[in-house]
Parts: sequence; C-alpha cells; structure tokens
Amino acid sequence: MNEVDIKTISHKKLLNRIYKAEESKFFETASFGFFVYLMTDLVLFASLFAVYAVLEANTVGGPSGQQIFNLNNVLLETLALLISSFTMGLAILSMKKNHRNKVLGYLVISFLLGLVFLLIEMTEFNHLIAIGDSWRRSGFLSGFFVLVGTHGLHIMVGLIWMAIMFYKILKFGLSRVNIRRLTLLSMFWHFLDIVWIFIFTIVYLYGALGR
Amino acid sequence: MSQIKSYHRFNKLEANFKTYLIGFVLSLFFTLTAWLITVKKAFNQETIIIIISLAAVIQFVIQLLFFLHLGKESRPRYRLLVFSVMLLIVLILVIGSLWIMANLNHNMTIKQMENYMVQQGNGGI
Repeated sequence: MNEVDIKTISHKKLLNRIYKAEESKFFETASFGFFVYLMTDLVLFASLFAVYAVLEANTVGGPSGQQIFNLNNVLLETLALLISSFTMGLAILSMKKNHRNKVLGYLVISFLLGLVFLLIEMTEFNHLIAIGDSWRRSGFLSGFFVLVGTHGLHIMVGLIWMAIMFYKILKFGLSRVNIRRLTLLSMFWHFLDIVWIFIFTIVYLYGALGR
Repeated sequence: MSQIKSYHRFNKLEANFKTYLIGFVLSLFFTLTAWLITVKKAFNQETIIIIISLAAVIQFVIQLLFFLHLGKESRPRYRLLVFSVMLLIVLILVIGSLWIMANLNHNMTIKQMENYMVQQGNGGI
C-alpha cells in the first residue's frame, strides 16, 4: 500500500484501504500452501500418466482401449465435470458478494454433477471388472485403473469435502474461516477438472483412435 | 458498510462472471471439437492426434487462467514460480520415462532377450 497522509484522507477511506490490503493479502497467503500441494499432486498424476503411457501397448492378449472405451459415456463424464467446475466458480463469485443461499445452491449443483461423474465412472469400472477386464488382466489395464482410479478417488474426496462445506456454511454462514475453506475447495475442484482434460485426451481419445 | 464497499472493490481485481463464462465456453468448445473429430474420424490418424493434443494444451492454459487465476496474483509471483518449476519436473518425468522406455524396447526385442537368456544358461522364454 502506498504512503498516505492521514490528515488528508477521511477516516472511512483509510479503513477501506487497510481492509482491502489486508483482505487481498489474506486470500493470497491463505491459499498459497494449498496451491503448492496441488502442484505436487500434479507431479503424482504426471508419474501415473508416464506409467500409463509406458504400459499402454502391453495388452498381452487382453482388450485394447479401442475395444473397451465407451466414448459417449466419457463425453457425459467430461461435460458433468466441466459444468461442475463452472458452477463451483459461480459459487465463489456468490461468496464474494456474500449471497449465502446462492453459494449453497451452486454447491449442491456442483456436488450432484460430481456425483454423476463418479457414478458413470463406477459403472464403467464395475462393467470392466464384471467381464473379467480388471487391473489383473494386463499392464495396460493396470495403468488405466490406477490413473483413472486415482483421479476418481480425488473426486470422491472433493465430494465429501463439498458435503462438509455445505453443512458448515448452512450452520455458520459465510464466516472468514468458511470463506477460506471454500476458496481452497474451489481450487481443488478446478484442479481435478484440469487433470481430467489430459485423462480425456490421452487415455480415452488416443485410446479410441487405437494409436 | 465500508467493509462491503471495499469488498466489492477487491472483487474487481479478481475474477467476475464474464471471465468464468469465457473460460467455460472455450473449454466446452475445445472438448466438443476434440470429441467430435475423434468419433467421426474426420481426418487421418496423425492429424487427429495433433489436433486433439493441441486442443488439450489450449484447454489446459484456458482453465489455468480463467478458473485457477494463475498469474493474477500480486507480486512477487510465487505461484507462477512454483507452477513453472512443477511444469519442468512434470515434463522431465513424462518425456524422460517415455524416452528411456522406448530406448529399452528398441535396444532389446523379445528375440534378443531370448538369445541373451540362452547365452546366460537360463533357457528361453
């Protein structure tokens, strides 16, 4: 903040400036550590991507991606997660305008869309395991299940977090602590959508092409 | 009252509905394009792979900018720094793994491995 002459600036304005500076600093420092965590998570996913890419050709008599991927389901999953990410952003905007009920509404929408995503993925996994194409079948399927499963696990954690967040905002309103938590949650959720872009492209689209 | 006012002013520095909408629409566009091209097999294989890879990278950047607000922080830009370092690690990890494994496969085919095992007195595969 710039130096201000206390005699020329009104009391109200001074308070505003202090509050503003403090607030923006608070939001940035409060979420920086979490950002670093997200980046380390990115490295985790990168190593799983590397494993998948290395193992992709090793189907040893098992099915290839072309045979087991259902692209319609994948598009549905992608859209659900993308819209969910968007509504989470809207929740953050409503939070900044202090509209508690809108925040709750957007949280519910994000939660339901995330649930749709997770259910489609679970159905896919269930189906694959039922027809005997589980992670034990081949290197390709091991890589596939670990990579997509880890992402799904993150989504599940995000959903649990959202449910807890919903309860906390319902009970305690948009308190400072809740604002911070919701900000972190939104970062987590956007991050998972970003990881999904690459799963969508590298696993499913490349796989469907039968590269 | 003063708090609310300053809160609004703080908001102007950050994202608003428009930036989220732009990010969403662009992401939607690139997702659908990549999906349609793959399903319809609109071009030959190499062209499709290049296009969908580009779409993924562009969408990655879009979501980083419009959803995670990377690069909108105040100076010093620690987030951008951490992100760049992590990107470097990711690239080394992925490209390095693929490179090494491709070389291994290249240097030792199954035939070669069998010869090697016979030589060592372990029988064939």
